[in-house]
This record gives sequence, C-alpha cells and structure tokens, in this order.
Amino acid sequence: MHHSIEIDHLSFSYPDGHAALRQVTMHIQPGEKVALVGPNGAGKSTLILHLNGILTGQGEIRVAGLPVTKPNLGKVRARVGLVFQNPDDQLFSPTVYEDVAFGPLYQGFPPAEVRQRVAEALTVVNMRNYEKRISHHLSAGEKKRIAIATVLSMKPEVLVLDEPTAGLDPRARRSLIQLLQELPLTMLVSTHDMHMVKEIFPRMIIMDEGRIVADGPTDLLMQNEELLCAHGLEKP
Amino acid sequence: MSFAHLFSPQPMHIPDGFLSVTVSVILWIVSIVVIAYALRRVAEDLGERQVPLMGVLAAAIFAGQMLNFTVAGGTSGHLMGAAIATILLGPWASILVLTTVVGVQALIFQDGGLLALGANIFNMAVIGTAVSYFVYQTVLRLTRGQRWGVLAGGFLAAWGSIVIASLAVGLQLALSGTSPANIAIPAMGAIHALIGVGEGLITIGALALISATRPDLLKAGEARPTGGRAVWIGGLLIALILAIISPLASSHPDGLEWVAEQKGFLDVAQGPLYEIIPDYVFPGQINEAVATIIAGIIGTILVFGIALAVAYARRNRASASS
Amino acid sequence: MHVHFLDPYRPGQSPIHKLDSRVKFVLTLAFIFAAALTPTGAWAIYILLLALVLGVEVLSELRVGYVLKRAALALPFILAALPIVFTMPGEPRFILSIGPWALTASLPGLERFISIAIKSWVSVQAAIVLASTTEFPDLLMAMRAVRVPRLLVSIFGLMWRYLFVLADEAIRLMRARLSRSGVSDQAGLKPGGSLAWRARVTGGMAGSLFVRAFERSDRIYMAMLARGYDGEARSEPLQALSGASWVVLALSLFTLLALLVFALLFWA
Repeated sequence: MHHSIEIDHLSFSYPDGHAALRQVTMHIQPGEKVALVGPNGAGKSTLILHLNGILTGQGEIRVAGLPVTKPNLGKVRARVGLVFQNPDDQLFSPTVYEDVAFGPLYQGFPPAEVRQRVAEALTVVNMRNYEKRISHHLSAGEKKRIAIATVLSMKPEVLVLDEPTAGLDPRARRSLIQLLQELPLTMLVSTHDMHMVKEIFPRMIIMDEGRIVADGPTDLLMQNEELLCAHGLEKP
Repeated sequence: MSFAHLFSPQPMHIPDGFLSVTVSVILWIVSIVVIAYALRRVAEDLGERQVPLMGVLAAAIFAGQMLNFTVAGGTSGHLMGAAIATILLGPWASILVLTTVVGVQALIFQDGGLLALGANIFNMAVIGTAVSYFVYQTVLRLTRGQRWGVLAGGFLAAWGSIVIASLAVGLQLALSGTSPANIAIPAMGAIHALIGVGEGLITIGALALISATRPDLLKAGEARPTGGRAVWIGGLLIALILAIISPLASSHPDGLEWVAEQKGFLDVAQGPLYEIIPDYVFPGQINEAVATIIAGIIGTILVFGIALAVAYARRNRASASS
Repeated sequence: MHVHFLDPYRPGQSPIHKLDSRVKFVLTLAFIFAAALTPTGAWAIYILLLALVLGVEVLSELRVGYVLKRAALALPFILAALPIVFTMPGEPRFILSIGPWALTASLPGLERFISIAIKSWVSVQAAIVLASTTEFPDLLMAMRAVRVPRLLVSIFGLMWRYLFVLADEAIRLMRARLSRSGVSDQAGLKPGGSLAWRARVTGGMAGSLFVRAFERSDRIYMAMLARGYDGEARSEPLQALSGASWVVLALSLFTLLALLVFALLFWA
C-alpha cells in the first residue's frame, strides 16, 4: 500500500531567486486529513502547486503511488483535486454545469458519464439544483462548493485545498467545515483558520520560511503556545 | 510550467527596422489623428468614468492575450482582443484601449518597435476596431439582436479584423521593400486566416460568458455612439480596399514596386533627402571601403573605450568609497 | 507566484539610470530613427550604431548578455524579410535547393536582408535599455514631455498599475484549468476535448477576466470619487530639464546626426 502523498527533500526557488521551499519532506497516509499552517509567504501555496506538477522543484514527489514527473502529469492531475483559494479563478464557464463538467470532458468521457459525474459531484456538495445557474452570480460560499465539485467530478484520490474558509461568512464556513469532515478523501488543506484545524484535522504541519518546522498531532502542537507564536500562529 | 511563451512576439507586431521611414511616419500621422479624435469622442461619451474603465480594460486585454490553448504540435492559439474590446467598449474607447495595449507592449516588452509603433497602432487599434465594428454592427442588424447574432457577429468580427489587419501588415512590408508583395501579403493573410479562427472561437467563448453573467456590458457594443457611422464606413472601406488591393498587389508585385519606387517608398536612401549631398565630394568605390574600415575601427574603439573607462572609473570610485 | 519578474526594469545607479527619462526617451527614438534612415549596406555605420548601443549597455551596468538574450525575442519576425534574399534582382550569390526548387540568392537581396536584420537588432537593444533603466512613472513623465495627451497618459498609468494584478489573475486561471486537465486511467479515452471546445473554454476564461476587470474598474472609480476625483486628470507640472541634461541631449543628437551625415556621404 502506497502513501497518498510522499514528498522527499523538495526544494524550489522562483525565477527571481527567492527560495520558497527548502528540503521539505512529508508523508501522508490514505484517508488522512492534514492541515498545513504557517504565516503568509511560508511556502504553503508553492508546495501545493507542486502536488500536481504546476511547479517543479528539486526533490521527489509521489502522489497516489505515481511519481510526479512530466510523462505522468496527466494521470497525476486526474488523481489530485486542487481547489484554489479564489473560486473565481476556478469558475470560468458561463454555467455551473459547464464548470463542473470541464474535468470529465477534458478526460474524454462519453456524454452520459459526464452528466452522471456532474450530478454526483453536485450532490456531494449539496448543490444538486445549481446546474443551470450562472457561476459568477453565486455567493462566496456557493462558489466555494462549486469549486470543490469541479474537482470531485474527476473522482480524485486526494483533495488539496488552499485556504478554503478565507472570506466566508460564519454560516458558509460552518457548512464548508461540515462538508470537508464528511468527504471520505485524503485531504491536505492549507489554512489560517486554526479553529477549523482543531475541529477536523487530527494532524497538523507547520511551515515557515519554506521549511517544515513541526509535524504532529494537532492536539499536541496546539498546546505548544511558544511554537505557535514563533511562527505567527494563534492558539484557538 | 514556463510562462516565457506568453511574451513570444506575435506575427502582427512589426519590430523596428522592417518598415521604411516613409511608411512609418505616414502611419504615425494617421494614428495620431485618429487617436486625437477618439480622445475627444471618449471624453464626451464616457465622462469621468473613462480613465479607470479604459485603464483596467487595457490591462485585462493584455492579460487576456496571455491565455492560450493547445492547437497541435506545440503551437497554441491566443487572443488579440480587438473585436472583444470594440464590442465591450464601443469603437472610440476601444481604439484608445488597444493603443495603450500596443504602446505598453512596445515600450516595456519590446513586442513591436517604437518607430513602427504608429503602424502597429494603425493595424491593431485602428483597423482592428474599425473592421470589428463594421462587421459586428452589420451582423447584429441583420440578425435583429438575437443572441446567436451576438456570437456570430463576434466570431466574424474577430476573424475579419485579424485577417484584414494582417493584409495591411503584408502591404506595409511590401511598400517598405522588406518583403515581396506576392509572398508577404498571401503569407500573412493565410497564416492569419487560421489564427483568426482561434481568435473567433475565443471571442465566442468570452461573449457567451459575458452575455450569461453581465449582459448589460454588451450594450456598449450595440449602442451607436456619435461618429459610430463614420467608424462603420471606415471599417467597410478599409476592409474593401485591402480585400481588393491585396490580391492585385500579390499578382502584380512589380506594379506595387513601381509605385513604391516612384514615391520614394522603397528606400529613403534613394529619396530626395539624400540628394542634398553632392556626389562629387567623395566619389568612387575605394573611399567606401576605406571609410568602412576606418569608421569601424575608430568608432568601435572610441565608443567602447569611453564606456569601459567610465565603468572602470565608477567601479574604482565605488570600491574607494566603501 | 507573481509575474513581476517579467517587468524589464532593472534597478541600478548607473549614469544611464540617472539620466533624465525625457532625454533617454527622445534619444532612444532618435537612435531608432537614425538606424532606420541608414542606407542599406552601410556596414560601417551599422558597426558604429552597434558599438554605440553596446557602449550604452556597458555604461548602464545591465548585463550585456541579458540585453542580447532579450533582443533575440524579436528575431522570429526576420522570417518576413527572408524572401527578398531570393527575389531581389541582382548578381547571383548562391543557389539554395529545397527539393524540386532552386532558389537563387542575389547580392542586393542578401545586403538588404542583413541590413534589415541589423537595423532591427540595434533598435530593439535601444528599446530594451530604455525599458530596463527607466521606471514606468518616469516613462509617463517622458510621454507628457513629448506632448502625449494627458488623458492617454492617465490610461497608460492606470493600465500599468493593474497590469501585473490582472496578469496574475490570468496565470491563476490557467493553473486552475491545468489542474483539472487530467488523464484518466480508463483505457480508450482521448483526453483534451475538441479544438473548438478548448478555444471556447479559453474564451470563457478571457470573458471572466473582462467581467472581473469591469467590476474592478467600478470599485476603483468609486475609490477615486471618495478621494475627490472629478474626472479631471491632474498632475504636477514638469520640472525644467537641467543644464547637464541639455548638454547630454544636444551632444548625443549631434553624434547621431554626424553619423547619419557620414552614412549619407558614403553610401547614399
């Protein structure tokens, strides 16, 4: 049995020379739900963009048993569902249906299968009747759910979310947390929402300045106020 | 993922060196006159909202040109945006927005030359907008404002504006003596007849999204602003003239060359400007060879010497002061 | 990731950086104009122009390699001028056989082609030096100094302000699309969809970019109103050009003029 996410000694610098990741190593088991926390600029988003090969640094990454290398990128992208922070970047079709159908259509599934996958994905996020709605007109919370549905329709093994609760009102946040809790997928979630971390993520990884500075059970790390404080975090 | 390709020059942006001075200057003058009139029109039609709207839309067109899709064999299609700008902003603001886009591309990213900027503005902002406006308005009227008319009009406007502008580029290269008319014009036209299809399909996609989410934004393209008729007629004339001249020029390249030579277009070197210098001052071939060698050697040593000396002195000063 | 690294400006303290942007702007245009006026085959003048621009590159403390690499960007367009090598009448130089065709290169054709290539090459280098040593606000000042209408300058300024914001947005859109462009393990599926569909999706991305840009411009307009904007673009009056700037301007223009006269004497 393989790990869902295996990252070994990953380093990455942007073209301007800024080192965003330094020797990052982490292993995540199938079914695990892991929170990735740390201050702005710690390298969380950069790390996430490596999981499906949008950025490529030095080091080794395997996702769902597949090495993230150029010939594998297509298959890797079908197995990792990446949900970006701003749903507006992810919803670029006129209707919700077309947005959710993008992944299966790209993969080349026949129309019947595409329709069924869209219906299933929208059902999972509780947006069954939104197929004909205009993505741009939805509320922030609704857009977030649709954005998640756009990757669920690809039936990924791993779900990766970048700051999913940012900018949501309390009710939308609450229902999103519930959704994340219920989804039976391996999950890596970058966030500043420490209350959410405490609530649904048994394991927590702290990043700062491109390094992993702590990796362990959330309960344990949350008690170490000194550690949290040193990396710009707050105990919930 | 590399983004270097995003700034690969497009065949529509003419760099410096490819146009004769005469062609460049004439097109600068034409562009300046059109821009000056567009500035007046926009000030009256849009009022104080104009600056943020046009500035941000210019940035959006620039960014929109980065979006691409795979065609085949490593090539990709992307947007130029003249049609979409015309439809979203109306002709006058579109001319200004596209002028800004082409200007920043030349000034900052060296995509297109500076002396050639007048020609590039003329091709992409003026021809692009006029032809788009003419085609889009005509299709809209014929289809009586149906939604499919908006999409069909957008596609045809995008395709037509790209192809006509590319014919103009070919003609300008031929008039400058840079490329033979019977090769440049058909080649530019053929390449852009294909590129234009991509442009048209992207424009349809953009219009479909906009008409679904913010149909009110399409009003500007449907409205007929002051001077709109002039743009419509201008677009019609440009399209007609280029559609007629291009095959003529391609099949009779000698004719075009004759015109070019008669007007001193081909090379200003043979033009009246140079005749002020009498031939008898430095006659003969030997002088040219000698001059080449002397000028080359002295000039290079001089210029490099000064530059290196200054750089060296500055480095010394920097190390002395630290 | 941000696309700021695409901004060609390279900060520095060189004399070229410190030169008044108006002088730089005018001299760049004059240089390109002089290159354009230089007759075909005036090799010595081309060497001098190249030496001039290389000298300025050294002075500007930009890496010459950087400038030359960037200058290669404009190279593909040279294809447009290639045919004249074979179509211009004149003394034949060599014959190129491609399959059944034999193309005869003429001497005047070659001379003209190489001249165009060099003109283009030195001109683009001059433009790169200008963009790499001048911050955009200073370029705007130069535009005002050469009487570009104020309204147009304001549009340029605002475009510049939001250029990188929206370019980032475009890149995020493409990343989100790429992330969902997966290949299924299921056999017999052809990934990628049709060409028309891909183009239309790209159009959707462009459309969403435009809609968001419209809405952003509304917010910017309101923020401008909140600060007392009344539709009149105001700006501080331009400072007078310093004596030293005038001297640099005059001397450089004189050099270019002398070069041109020299070119016309021998090669016209």
